[in-house]
Amino acid sequence: MSVPESALLLGQNTARDRRRQWKGHLFWVFSLAATSVGIITLMVLLVDVMIDGLGRLDADFLNSYASRFADRAGIRAPLFGTAWILGLTAAISFPLSVGAAIYLEEYAPQNWITRIIQVNIANLAGVPSIVYGILGLAVFVRGMGLGRSVLSGALTLSILILPVIIMASQEAIRAVPDSIRQAAYGLGATRWQVTQRQVLPMALPGILTGTILALSRAVGETAPLIMIGALSFIAFTPQGLTDQFTVLPLQIYNWISRPGADFHEIAASAILVLLVLLLTMNAIAIILRNRCSRMRVG
Amino acid sequence: MATSHSIDTGARPPALEARKVSVHYGTTQAVREISLRIPANQVVALIGPSGCGKSTLLRCFNRMNDLVSDARVSGEVLFHGQNLYEPEIDPVEVRRRIGMVFQKPNPFPKSIYDNTAFGPRINGFKGDMDALVEESLRRAALWDEVHDRLSDSAYNLSGGQQQRLCIARTLAVRPEIVLMDEPASALDPIATQKIEELIFELKKEYTIVIVTHNMHQAARISDYTAFLYMGELVEFGPTDKIFTNPSEEQTEAYVTGRFG
Repeated sequence: MSVPESALLLGQNTARDRRRQWKGHLFWVFSLAATSVGIITLMVLLVDVMIDGLGRLDADFLNSYASRFADRAGIRAPLFGTAWILGLTAAISFPLSVGAAIYLEEYAPQNWITRIIQVNIANLAGVPSIVYGILGLAVFVRGMGLGRSVLSGALTLSILILPVIIMASQEAIRAVPDSIRQAAYGLGATRWQVTQRQVLPMALPGILTGTILALSRAVGETAPLIMIGALSFIAFTPQGLTDQFTVLPLQIYNWISRPGADFHEIAASAILVLLVLLLTMNAIAIILRNRCSRMRVG
Repeated sequence: MATSHSIDTGARPPALEARKVSVHYGTTQAVREISLRIPANQVVALIGPSGCGKSTLLRCFNRMNDLVSDARVSGEVLFHGQNLYEPEIDPVEVRRRIGMVFQKPNPFPKSIYDNTAFGPRINGFKGDMDALVEESLRRAALWDEVHDRLSDSAYNLSGGQQQRLCIARTLAVRPEIVLMDEPASALDPIATQKIEELIFELKKEYTIVIVTHNMHQAARISDYTAFLYMGELVEFGPTDKIFTNPSEEQTEAYVTGRFG
């Protein structure tokens, strides 16, 4: 029964203890290094783009159209084009995705058809964006005769981000505790009343976060828009759904692929504008998500 | 053995009557041909060990089992002579007339006022909402504690207060019957006592069916007690008889604590 007195004292590290501590320390160093790679890369990238791009970034640059001369060129057309595409894509994809998510979570029977739809949505989220470009070209540009219009571009990008928003919305809807639904049903609420008055308001921050992140992906897309024939040299802003357009990533791609350092500089300036837009959208998404998690805690 | 448990409910018709009610979840049968009459303006306790089907039976009384995708209910539940499971009956209307309070307090993430007003609002209540909210909160014995902070979030209330809010919310729809699924099991003894006192008050105006795993609670608050075991109704009768002089040996074994 008696325990040797030395075993009761603290600070008696054996070789095995020291080895364990050393391993723990090693893992800490590894984790730190892994994190640093991402952050340092981002920093280097940002600084590099800023050095190149800040010089040309002024009101003139934002307000001028494309030009053969780098010092006169600006991003008015792609900036407006991006705004059009952003707004239209949101207007098309948000109601469709949320509707689909509500159906799948609150209405759809739990059977094999629902499961197949579910698996397909997950797979669609992984399809390369260029494939959606081909689809957009075949269906919207040619099939429906919409041409290389803002509408074609927004429809194509909407299809591209639909699965992402659907899945994010489903997750947000699923996170609403079932006890809330039960309570509402128990008071004589219809399915739609339960969904509209309890489930959706609680899921909305999550749904909006998913939508904004998906939209910021759409704003950065180049390939599908090249595919449907969006132009990069446009001297007007879109006035309606059927007008031609260009967007920031396309303009950047176009300038970068030209020879000559002056065009590379204005490409860097355009990248800065695009980055500010994307980071703003992501910041809004994070704020919404934090607000959402605070609500849960109560 | 569990088919004829007609007890004397006086001259008045029963508030609810179950006739050979069975519930299957997939291939397992949770409730086996239970028949019982719930007398009006009385407190009826459903007791029995975990998994005996008491909650499942309770959820048959306002068609909450409809929401469980693989649950099948057979038999009849008569309410004012109408079978709740007739195809032309709208379960939404059933739940409005027969309210439910759940095991864990589940207020909506809204204000105390909006929680209470939710039921009347969705049911198109056109009268004086402020008065209805006050009346409901008073009946649930919560008004004095919250009258000066009705716009506070319901989440700021204590667990016991939240449960009384859930009761107020149910009463605001003006149901005839209130079903309670272990309403005090998540609460401390003092909050439990308040809920029990409340139930005693409520039976003047409502019929109450309460599921409880706490036998002392059943003995304290109920007028009639039904003992369920393995999905069957073993015995149903006046509470004092069930607890002092049960007819079935299983009942005696359970209420004296020999199993369960």
